[in-house]
Amino acid sequence: MTTAAIRVELPYHLQNLARVGAEISLEVEVPITASSILDAIEARYPMLCGTVRDHVTKKRRPFLRYFGCQRDLSHDPADTPLPEPIAVGTEPFIIWGALSGG
Amino acid sequence: MANVRVLVGTKKGAFILSADGKREKWDVAGPFFAGWLVYHMKGSPVDPNRIYASQCSDWFGQVIQRSNDGGKSWEQPGGEAVPEPSGMPVGVSNKFVYEGDPGTHMWYDGTPHPWEFKRIWHLEPSLTDLDTVYAGAEDAALFRSTDAGVSWKELPGLRDQQGSQWAPGAGGLAVHTILLDPSNPQRIYVAISAAGAFRTDDGGATWKPINRGLKSKYLPDPNAEIGFCVHRLALHPSRPDVVFMQLHWNVMRTDNAGELWTNISGNLPTDFGFPIEVHAHEPETIYVVPIKSDSEHYVHDGKLRVFRSRTGGTEWEALTNGLPQQDCYVNVLRDAMATDSLDSGGIYFGTTGGQVYVSPDGGDHWTAIVRDLPAVLSVEVQTLP
Repeated sequence: MTTAAIRVELPYHLQNLARVGAEISLEVEVPITASSILDAIEARYPMLCGTVRDHVTKKRRPFLRYFGCQRDLSHDPADTPLPEPIAVGTEPFIIWGALSGG
Repeated sequence: MANVRVLVGTKKGAFILSADGKREKWDVAGPFFAGWLVYHMKGSPVDPNRIYASQCSDWFGQVIQRSNDGGKSWEQPGGEAVPEPSGMPVGVSNKFVYEGDPGTHMWYDGTPHPWEFKRIWHLEPSLTDLDTVYAGAEDAALFRSTDAGVSWKELPGLRDQQGSQWAPGAGGLAVHTILLDPSNPQRIYVAISAAGAFRTDDGGATWKPINRGLKSKYLPDPNAEIGFCVHRLALHPSRPDVVFMQLHWNVMRTDNAGELWTNISGNLPTDFGFPIEVHAHEPETIYVVPIKSDSEHYVHDGKLRVFRSRTGGTEWEALTNGLPQQDCYVNVLRDAMATDSLDSGGIYFGTTGGQVYVSPDGGDHWTAIVRDLPAVLSVEVQTLP
């Protein structure tokens, strides 16, 4: 199994649940995709199971978005290889809660 | 002297209010799970330091929290971090999955709608086993954990009771009330908005609707077995066959475990409301908080009044001493009233305006423990030695 060191930014509430800072580093199995990153997150931080994607269907929760390299990656198929800077760990994979208010 | 611990779930976190038996000076701890909806927290009767909490959000879904030290520290059962990546998760934290293909229930417009898990409304720890706890879900289902919240399994026999015909109330389609019979471990009552009340006599394997005697305006079938918007059930542990109900309209009671309900609304100023509770030492003393209507969802005439019946219903008196009697427009939600078991029979409730009130003398005098919390979703009380 080949892995790569990946950077992931978590939203505030998930940082609190996992008791980590804004950015975590994970060894992720290649190819690096949203799906493989989430597999690694849930393996390392089981308390986050179900908080980013559904337990069974693995669909992204509706109010969360994935970003990286100045792109919205949310609507790409979860098994799509992510941009190279994310895959080599120079850019973070960002999980973000869609926010609004007033 | 005994102490009390009040567990308060709000729209923006949880709070724990503590006092000695006088219930005059309060320590306020929290917010726990800040920013999250905390639908409910409840302590185990076996060990009051074991507390379960339902934490959820529209963004991140459902999280179950557990404390083993009376709420000082919390953990997610089954969610412990692993030091190194090691394949699949060691736990199954937060996982609520319906048994089999749940199919559809009725949507607001009468069309079939897929069953979707949204959140846990109510947690009910076992009366006898520290690690067994029941969870009432939206969309309506009953789950049980026998490993202190690490894993959850649905009791699907409940949905067999015409679940495909259940329709949500305005707040959703949820199991919001779970009553465990202290004299019969096989008997459980649940209530679902807007399906009705149900009872099992075999530990949750099979269920029956217990809605005979309930009336709902506009329900075409006067003998319908389901389709009732039950807001809350309550019982006294010494008489578990006597159950009180705040129905969408009307307050009801049964003396035969739900086989037949009778109307005990009597002289209440309105017949709409959410919570209903029974005094800890007087099985015929019950409390409700009438709400002006199902359209406005605040108290009647701008007055926050708890109504008490000492006769098991029908004859009610307004309890107002210490409660605001003008310009008050709050609601008291279904899980937001509770009693302690001290000799004087304390009663507590929380409002959508963020106040939590206590009456140490069964409702005669009230004071606010806190006034400015987020909107209160639930209140539970633990009486500690």
